[in-house]
Amino acid sequence: MKPTLKRSNAPIFWALFGAGGMLSALFGPMLVFITGLAIPLGLLLPADALSYPKMLAFTQNFIGKGFVFAVIALFLWHAAHRIFHSLHDIGIHAGTGAKLACYGSAMVGTVIAAYALLSIGF
Amino acid sequence: MPHMSDIQKVIEIEVLRYNPETDKAPSSQVFEVPFTDDMSVLQGVQYIKDYLDGSLSFRWSCRMAICGSCGMMINGVPHLSCETFLRDYYPARVRVEALNHFPIERDLVINMEGFINKLESIQPYIIPKEPRTLAQGEYLQTPEQLNLYEQFSSCINCMLCYAACPQFGLNPDFIGPAATALLHRYNVDSRDGGKEERMDLVRSEEGVFHCTAVGYCSEVCPKHVDPANAVNQNKTNAAVDYFLRFVSPKGGAK
Amino acid sequence: MSKRRPYVRPMDGWWRKNPYFVEYMIHEGTAFFVAAYAAVLLVGLVRLSQGEAAWNGWLHSLTSPWYVLFHLAALLAITYHTYTWFKIMPRTMPPVVVGGERLPAWAITGTGLAVAAAAGIGLLAFVWGMAR
Ligand code: SF4
Ligand code: FES
Repeated sequence: MKPTLKRSNAPIFWALFGAGGMLSALFGPMLVFITGLAIPLGLLLPADALSYPKMLAFTQNFIGKGFVFAVIALFLWHAAHRIFHSLHDIGIHAGTGAKLACYGSAMVGTVIAAYALLSIGF
Repeated sequence: MPHMSDIQKVIEIEVLRYNPETDKAPSSQVFEVPFTDDMSVLQGVQYIKDYLDGSLSFRWSCRMAICGSCGMMINGVPHLSCETFLRDYYPARVRVEALNHFPIERDLVINMEGFINKLESIQPYIIPKEPRTLAQGEYLQTPEQLNLYEQFSSCINCMLCYAACPQFGLNPDFIGPAATALLHRYNVDSRDGGKEERMDLVRSEEGVFHCTAVGYCSEVCPKHVDPANAVNQNKTNAAVDYFLRFVSPKGGAK
Repeated sequence: MSKRRPYVRPMDGWWRKNPYFVEYMIHEGTAFFVAAYAAVLLVGLVRLSQGEAAWNGWLHSLTSPWYVLFHLAALLAITYHTYTWFKIMPRTMPPVVVGGERLPAWAITGTGLAVAAAAGIGLLAFVWGMAR
């Protein structure tokens, strides 16, 4: 084929996509159920399950911090990668523009999440 | 061809025709073809050529699902036309088109140059690790070693998987399913030492990362090669290599 | 001059022409819900970092019918993502050989779904335990 083959940088995005895909496949449905349905509708869980002191303690904990960060950041990178490819699939080859919009928002979300988690403290 | 006396049924075959000398674009033509239950779609198309329109062009050879030359879109699905039967579509009309995603040379004949180039580019032969003389005897293979690549060596180059792959349709440079399956077949062969050279292609921009794991290629493969598996295993390989090259530069990869 | 003039067919609307591709686009589409849900969580996290009142305001906002409706849709979409993620898994991962036999596709998908179910129940149990 081509005499010079350029190494693709896709592995970075692909790895983030895969990690986020796996995390959302494992925990996504239950997370949505807990934060989006059970708590607001008062189903199943005690009403104060996500109360301020509890969530603060959770996000101040090292593991809790890591989990929240991984969920938000990796979900975003997973979705960004998929949406970018879907745009290509349906014939929108916006190239750099689409790439920036997709991965850029994931990046911004990641930074905001990191900043919020750091400001919550340890 | 069936003898006139055993003909009971007539099926409509709609063929996508294209004559590069006269047509701007392909268009459909419907033929009424008498058929018997044992007739394949290929035989239906052959009937058209023999009795209705001698100008119809298509490829075929073995008529037994092994040469890989008779692939066509049949009602929009890539099939080997010699192992697909008219009776399964009757009484509805069956639509026959050239394999998707390839340029049409004429009627049902596609241009396979790109595919042949890809096959060449993967060096589909064992590249010995070190020269070996005849006196050293044959290479021995354990069943486990054979298991690693056997499935990927069953490919008959029919290109149905390419006709099933939207990413190849969207970007013809993508190395694609069958070529990657064959590449993988040699990379995991215990006798081969050419993996490094082939990996340059795998991890390149034409390489495996065009794939979005649609998986339809493996679905349509008549030989259960599972090319999607070869492509996706090599995403992992390329990613490992991508990140580990910083840890152990060169020479580490076998 | 060559009489060859290979005709390249357009790709427009390819995903509508085969049920297999329609399903593919649907499971790719679950990414919108994953992104939107992550955005909801991100807002919650920022509110949490702003103090108790902000957090409670966020919790309260989730009781709006629009949010509930969104989360119902997200639950369906992301559950479907879970199912398709493990369904394609046998095609995407290296073969798993157990006792000299290659693990069949259904076993890989089944294991994945079982692990996902366990992870979900574990998470629920954790939150429940945290609440008490
Ligand atoms: S991998 Fe299967 S579908 Fe593709 S060319 Fe080979 S035999 Fe045909
Ligand atoms: S004619 Fe050989 S595979 Fe069909």
